[in-house]
Amino acid sequence: MLRKKTFTGGVHPPEFKSEGEKKKVETCPAPKTAIIPVSQHIGAPAQPVVERGDTVKIGDVVAKAGGFVSAPVHATISGKVKKIEKRPHPLGQNVLSVIIENDQADEWNPDIQFDEQYEKQSTAEMIQRISAAGLAGMGGATFPTHVKVKPPDNKKIDTVILNGAECEPFLTADHRLMLEEPERVLKGLQLIMRILGAQTGLIGIENNKPDAVRVMKAKVNELGLPYKVTSLPVKYPQGAEKQLIKALKNRKVPAGGLPMDVGCVVQNVGTAAAVYDAIAYKKPLIERIVSVAGPAIKEPKNLLVRIGTPFAEVLECCGGPTEEMGKLIMGGPMMGLAQYTLDAPVIKGTSGLIAMKETQSFRPPETVCISCAHCVDVCPMGLVPKALGQFVKHERYNDAKSYHILDCIECGSCSYVCPAHINLVHLVKFGKLKVIEQQKKAG
Amino acid sequence: MDKKLVVSSSPHILIKESTPKIMYTVTASLIPAGIGAVYFFGIRALWIMLIGIVSAVITEFVIAKMLKKPVTVTDGSAVLTGLLLSYNVSVQVPLWMPAVGAFFGIAVGKMVFGGLGYNPMNPALLGRAFLLASWPAKMTVFDKAVPQGGTVSGIDMMTSATPLNVYKSSHEILANSSQYSIEKVQQANEALGKLYDSIEGLFWGKIGGCIGETSAALLLLGAAFLMYKRYIGWKIPFFYIGTVAVLSWIFGAPDSYFGGNVLFALFSGGLILGAFYMATDMVTSPVTFRGRIYFGIGCGVITFIIRRYGGYPEGVSYSILLMNLVAPLLDRYTQPKIFGGRKKK
Ligand code: SF4
Ligand code: SF4
Repeated sequence: MLRKKTFTGGVHPPEFKSEGEKKKVETCPAPKTAIIPVSQHIGAPAQPVVERGDTVKIGDVVAKAGGFVSAPVHATISGKVKKIEKRPHPLGQNVLSVIIENDQADEWNPDIQFDEQYEKQSTAEMIQRISAAGLAGMGGATFPTHVKVKPPDNKKIDTVILNGAECEPFLTADHRLMLEEPERVLKGLQLIMRILGAQTGLIGIENNKPDAVRVMKAKVNELGLPYKVTSLPVKYPQGAEKQLIKALKNRKVPAGGLPMDVGCVVQNVGTAAAVYDAIAYKKPLIERIVSVAGPAIKEPKNLLVRIGTPFAEVLECCGGPTEEMGKLIMGGPMMGLAQYTLDAPVIKGTSGLIAMKETQSFRPPETVCISCAHCVDVCPMGLVPKALGQFVKHERYNDAKSYHILDCIECGSCSYVCPAHINLVHLVKFGKLKVIEQQKKAG
Repeated sequence: MDKKLVVSSSPHILIKESTPKIMYTVTASLIPAGIGAVYFFGIRALWIMLIGIVSAVITEFVIAKMLKKPVTVTDGSAVLTGLLLSYNVSVQVPLWMPAVGAFFGIAVGKMVFGGLGYNPMNPALLGRAFLLASWPAKMTVFDKAVPQGGTVSGIDMMTSATPLNVYKSSHEILANSSQYSIEKVQQANEALGKLYDSIEGLFWGKIGGCIGETSAALLLLGAAFLMYKRYIGWKIPFFYIGTVAVLSWIFGAPDSYFGGNVLFALFSGGLILGAFYMATDMVTSPVTFRGRIYFGIGCGVITFIIRRYGGYPEGVSYSILLMNLVAPLLDRYTQPKIFGGRKKK
């Protein structure tokens, strides 16, 4: 069967990965002061369980989950809780954060140890460990992992897909992880499949990372695992859940549905590695790999960074930003968020920090739509972004809804190609909020 | 570091495209055909082109100023409109005509609606339609529009020398042969035969006609470049030309079915110019996949009907203008199927 392994639509932004992908992961020094926001995931914020003056060790819970769709957060350095107050958060606004002063002792919670029996644990215990470790999707979406591995009883999952596409320009963290620690990733996949009772394990990697494909394939063989590693055409947004399932499994998630509706669960490779740590070591999510890159960074690097490290310190570890820096993006340049302060900390979903030059920081002024249809051609969801943008501008939210605005995955491909420089995805995001608001009002 | 960071919404990188870049590239892709026209028709063709362009640009500039709107005349769209208009007139028109046509196209076809992006119809074609309706006699004089090297038809018995004219009048005669003298019928037969024998000449440009219509080869060269740049898609030209080809084959012969001369239908007249450069005008064509297919087919059907049964020998401009008007409707009813979606009930 010669089905092309891809999806329709999509764009080909320049990759900008050549420098970062060759850099081994280095460890960024632990911060002098860690800022740990209680909300680092989609869902209810966690609730602080420590007080000012408490002493904490690495891995201690500082805030417990605030509900089922929520995740605890942990101390990522040892030291004293200095304050619990609102601090700048990478997603904008100020968020309640636990501020810990580093005592430089680097003392770990003694419970975090290798459990030789880990593979024999019950599924319930495994899920419990994932939940206790505060795992949330590390590709950037930060949905709590324990919720994802526990679908409702009527949804049978047969396939677990590991997302190693890393389709955003500049980002190389997942690439390095697959090269350097393929075993952790694969063991994580094994555990996720066991929890879900899935038979098929698939790993999708864009073919601009042939070395990662090779290493992962070799490791799969070495461990004698039945997983399939697939090299996918380079196309943004290859790493979007629905597009990845279409490419690897040729199943289409119904509009408005979730991957579990077609028997699939998608996890980022970084999350899989963290699942392994959580179950085998009871190790909470206290650090992650961050790609630091961009034309305004002195020395691009892949860094293992403690969560809660302020951006300024992470950049410092790469020689700092150059004079020309005009913009700092958390995440990739297609979907990432521009930061207004370097005081915000690395959180569970910080896949990258991209420093752009000032000259590259402004969108050219918007001109009128010339109906070139480029946005329609690239939309991976089959929408008409041009029409959505116009509806939102004219506040015609009902029309926007009937044009399926809610199915937009906010990939930004439409804005990327628009020759009139209309920021369509921005309009669409705004329109989505309005439509949801209206729906709520209507009951 | 206390420098202010720029906060803007994603995406933070952009493709290197812009409206002016597209407009100037399309204009540039028309240059080979323009050079061809000067070669075939002489330097007068160049004057007509320049007059068309300058008049379009001045009109847009002055109107934008008068309406106190931002002046975007440098975006290249007026230049393109002026050039396309001049490609759509005979080299014999008085020199004031391209000026008037460009003025009308820009003023009434574009600025009245709010400028580029809001115009429902292709301004160049509207300008041409205005000229044709106002000065039909002047617009249809082609007797000296004979290219360097002679026309393929080499026919002087007809009042004009465009192949489509010859085709139409010969057809007329053959279809009602009883009413004409035997001599006439024979002449008509011969004329058609000569036309059909010289498709190659048509392809390279040895035909009388409008300035930009003559050389299919040079037009296709430019169009291929635009397709490579993805500034025009394949769907509209393909379905437009395909439809004309099929219909001409089935119904094109005077007295039988399935005997029409397809190549003649394709390379005579303004079909190539229209299908690749005017039907594909971004602003006035549909944006959806199926919409563009229907648009192409619609243009093809109307073109054929006008050529075969209408009062004019050529129907490319009118068919595109008519389809321009239904483009928004086509978009509305051909929304793409969304990913994972069922067909809308
Ligand atoms: S409309 Fe949404 S899904 Fe479609 S290209 Fe734009 S951002 Fe992506
Ligand atoms: S890409 Fe921009 S200019 Fe082109 S149709 Fe879409 S919104 Fe209009």
